Amino acid sequence: MKKIILVMLISLVGITTHAQEKKSKSKKVEFVVGGNCEMCKKRIEKAAFSVKGVKSANWHIDHKDIHLIIDETKCSAEDVQKAIALVGHDTDKLKTSDKLYEKLHGCCQYARL
Amino acid sequence: MYQKIAFLLFLFSVSVFSQNSEIKGKIVDQDNIPILGANIFWQSTSIGTTSDENGLFTIQKTSETNSLLVSYIGFNTQKFEIRDSKELLVKLLEVTTLKEVSVSKTLKSTQNSYTASINLQTMGQKELLKAACCNLSESFSTNPSIDVNFSDAVTGNKQIKMLGLTSPYILMTEENIPAVRGASQAYGLSFVPGTWVESIQITKGAGSVINGYESISGQINYEILKPIDDIPFFVNTYGSMDGRFELNTHFNQKYSDKLSATLFIHGNSRQTKNDMNNDGFLDNPIGKQVNILNRWQYNDIEKGIVSFFNIRYMKDEKQSGQVAFNPDVDKFTTNAWGSNINTEKIELSNKTGYVFPDMPYQSIGFQNSFQMNKQDSYFGFNQYNINQKSYYSNLIFNSIISNTKNKFATGVNFTYDDYNENVVLNFSKDFSRIDNSVGAFFEYTFDNLDNFSLVAGARIDNHNRLGTFVTPRLHVRYNPWENAVVRASIGRGKRAANIFAENQHLFASSRSFSILNTDGKLYGLNPEIAWNYGLSFSQSFNLFGKDSEIALDYYVTDFQNQAVVDLDNNPQQVLFYNLKGKSFAKSFQAEFSIELIKHLNVKSAYKFYDVQTQFTTRQLQRALQAKHRFFTNVAFETHIKDKGQQWKFDVTYNWLGEQRLPNTASNLPQYQLKEYAPSFSVFNAQITRTFSSVFEIYVGGENMGNYTQDNAIVGADNPFGGNFDSSMIYGPVFGQMYYAGLRFKIK
Repeated sequence: MKKIILVMLISLVGITTHAQEKKSKSKKVEFVVGGNCEMCKKRIEKAAFSVKGVKSANWHIDHKDIHLIIDETKCSAEDVQKAIALVGHDTDKLKTSDKLYEKLHGCCQYARL
Repeated sequence: MYQKIAFLLFLFSVSVFSQNSEIKGKIVDQDNIPILGANIFWQSTSIGTTSDENGLFTIQKTSETNSLLVSYIGFNTQKFEIRDSKELLVKLLEVTTLKEVSVSKTLKSTQNSYTASINLQTMGQKELLKAACCNLSESFSTNPSIDVNFSDAVTGNKQIKMLGLTSPYILMTEENIPAVRGASQAYGLSFVPGTWVESIQITKGAGSVINGYESISGQINYEILKPIDDIPFFVNTYGSMDGRFELNTHFNQKYSDKLSATLFIHGNSRQTKNDMNNDGFLDNPIGKQVNILNRWQYNDIEKGIVSFFNIRYMKDEKQSGQVAFNPDVDKFTTNAWGSNINTEKIELSNKTGYVFPDMPYQSIGFQNSFQMNKQDSYFGFNQYNINQKSYYSNLIFNSIISNTKNKFATGVNFTYDDYNENVVLNFSKDFSRIDNSVGAFFEYTFDNLDNFSLVAGARIDNHNRLGTFVTPRLHVRYNPWENAVVRASIGRGKRAANIFAENQHLFASSRSFSILNTDGKLYGLNPEIAWNYGLSFSQSFNLFGKDSEIALDYYVTDFQNQAVVDLDNNPQQVLFYNLKGKSFAKSFQAEFSIELIKHLNVKSAYKFYDVQTQFTTRQLQRALQAKHRFFTNVAFETHIKDKGQQWKFDVTYNWLGEQRLPNTASNLPQYQLKEYAPSFSVFNAQITRTFSSVFEIYVGGENMGNYTQDNAIVGADNPFGGNFDSSMIYGPVFGQMYYAGLRFKIK
C-alpha cells in the first residue's frame, strides 16, 4: 500500500513538473554559433530551417548569436544545434567535428569555439 | 620502434610542409594585448580567417596574391607583402579620430534590389534632392524608369509615364493607401510637396495584389517623413526665374518616447505672367497653393504597436489662358480666353500595425482613409466640376507557413467613392455616381534564403460597376550567379477609366466630345482590362576596377479592353470608345551605371517604346510618345569635410526621338501640324553647396539648351475658333529657366 502511494505521489510529482514545462509553440531560443561571413550565415540558417518546427532563424554576424523561434512540440534547441554542427559550425553547446570544419570554404574558417 | 620513429618523422615532415604552405601570426594592439576577432584575408579573394582569443591565426597561402590584409573595427587596416613563410607579428594601430575612417564608396541614391522578387527601385532622399523643385511629379526627372512629360500651358501639369503608359495606368499609393486616383488623377502628384517625401518605391510591371486591382503598368508608393525620426525644424525656400516661389516648413515635436508629431506647412505661388513664345497665352499658369499636413505617430516597441494619424488640408488655385484674361470680367465671354482650376482637398487617415511580441513574423495592420477632393474649373466655355468623397480601408494579416521561408499576407479591403461630376461641353451632363467595391486577397512569398524567391498572389473583388472578378499576379526572382538577378512577372489589372478627370487637358481646345458606346456601366464604356508580362536582368560587376551595373528589362502590356481616347479621327473631335482590335505597349530599357572615379556616378539609359492602339481609322502609334529615348545623369560630390561642408553637382540629359502628332490634316494649312514632331534634347543641371550639416543652398537650371516647341497652342490667334487646341504638347513651352533655394535644419 505504502508503495502504491509512493508510486502515485512520484508520478503526480512527475506530472506536475511535466505540466510546469509546458511546451511553447513559439519559444524564443538563443545560442552562440561560430562563423565569419555571409556564406556562413546562409549555411547556418539553412541548417536551422532544415529542422522541422523551426519557425524563424536569424544568425547575426556581429555578435555570433542565432535567434530562433521554435515550436517545442516539434523540436528542441538541441535538434537545431545538432543540425548546425552537422554542417561544420560549432555552437556553444555542441562542437562540430574537425573533418566537417575543414571542409568549409576558406573564408568560413572561423575561430573554433 | 622504427615504425614509431618513422611515423614521428612523417608527422614532423607534414608539419614542416604545412609550415611552408601557411602563414601563422599574432595580432596585438599598441599595448601588446592580443586582439580577438581581427579579420585576416588575402586581398581581392574570399580566403580569410579571424584571430583567436590569443590573437593567433593561421592562414593558407594562395597562389593568387601575396598581399595579406589585417583589419579590425576601430583600427587602421594593415597590408603585408608575404615573400617567405615566417611568422608575422601584427601591431594594429587604433584609429585616432573618426574622421580618418575613409568611406570608400558613396551610397547609391537609387537602389536596385537583388533579393526582392518584384522589380523594385527605391529612391532615397538623396535622389529626391537632385531635383530641387518642387513636388512629387517633378521628383522623377532623374529616374530613367519614369518619363516626365512636359507641362501643358493651360493646366501646368506634368504627367508621368511608365512603360509608355500614362499615370492612370500606374497605381499611386501614399504609404500603401491608394492616393492619386479618380478626381485627383490629373493634378494629384502636384499636391504632394517634395520635401514631405521620405522615399519613393517604384515597381515596374504588375504590382502586388495587396493594394488592389488597378495597377496595370506599375506601382509607385511614396512614404512621408516619419515624425519619430524627424528633426525639430526644417525650412526650404525656392524661387525661380519664371516667377514661382515655394516655402516649406516642418515643425516636429516629441511628446514622449512613444508619441511624436510633425506639422508640415507648404505654400507656393506664381504671380508673374510669362509669355516667352509671344502667342498671347501664359506659358505656365499663375496661382497659389496652401497645403498643411499634421501627422502623429505612436510607437510602442515593447507592445509591438505602431500607429499613424494624418490630417490634411489643401487648397490650390490656378489661372491660365490669354495674358489679357481677367477672370472677374472676362469669364464666359469672348473678350479673352481663360481658365480657372480651383481644387480643395481634405484627408483624414489612420493606420495601425501590431506585431505579435513572441512572433516577430506575425502582424496585423489596419488602414483607414477618408478623402475629399473637390475641383471647380472652367476652360473657356467648357466647365468641369467634380467632387469625390471616398473611403478606403484595408485589413491585412501577415504570418508564416511552418517557417519564415514561407510567408503570406491575407486580408480584405473596402473602397467607397461618391462622385459628384458635372460637365458642360458641347453637351451638358451630370455623371454623378456611387462606386463601391469589396475584395479579399492572399499573397504567398517563398524565399529559399539563397538564390530563388517567388511571390504569388490573387484577389477577388466585387465592384458595383466592374462586377466580380479575379486578379492573379506572379513574380519570380532567381540569382543565376553572383551579383546577378533575373526577374519575371505576370499579372492582370482592371480599372474603370474616369475619362473626363484623366483627360481634362483636352478641355482646353475647341474639340467636341463624344462617347460612342452606350451599353457600358461607366460613361457608357466597359472597364479596361490588361495583362502585363515582364522580364528583367541586372548584373553588377567590376569594369576596369570600377563598380558598374547593367540592367535590361522588357515589358509588354496587352489590353483586352480599353477606353480609347481618339484624337485622330478629326482634329475638331475627341472620341471615347471601347477598344475594337489591338492595343499594346511594349517597352525595352537598357540601363548602365558606373562609378567612374570616387564620388562620380554616371547613369545612362536607352528606352524603346512601341505603343499602338487600334483607332477608328487604323492602328496607330500612340501620339505624343517618343519611340526612342536616351537618358544620362551625371552626379558628382566632393568629400564631406569636418563640419559637413560639401559640393554636389548633378546634370541630367534627355534626348527624345520623333513623336507622332495627332492628325491635323483636315485643318486650314496655317493650323496644320507636321505628322511627326522633331527629335530634341533637354539639359538640366543643379549645384548644391552644403555649408554645414544644417545649412545648404542650391542653384539650378532646367532646359538649359533653351529648346522650345513651335506652335505650342494650335489656333492661338483665335481661341474661340474651330482650330484651337492647347493639348498638343511634345516639348518644353517655356525656354531655359533658372532657380535657387536654400534648406535649413535644426537638429
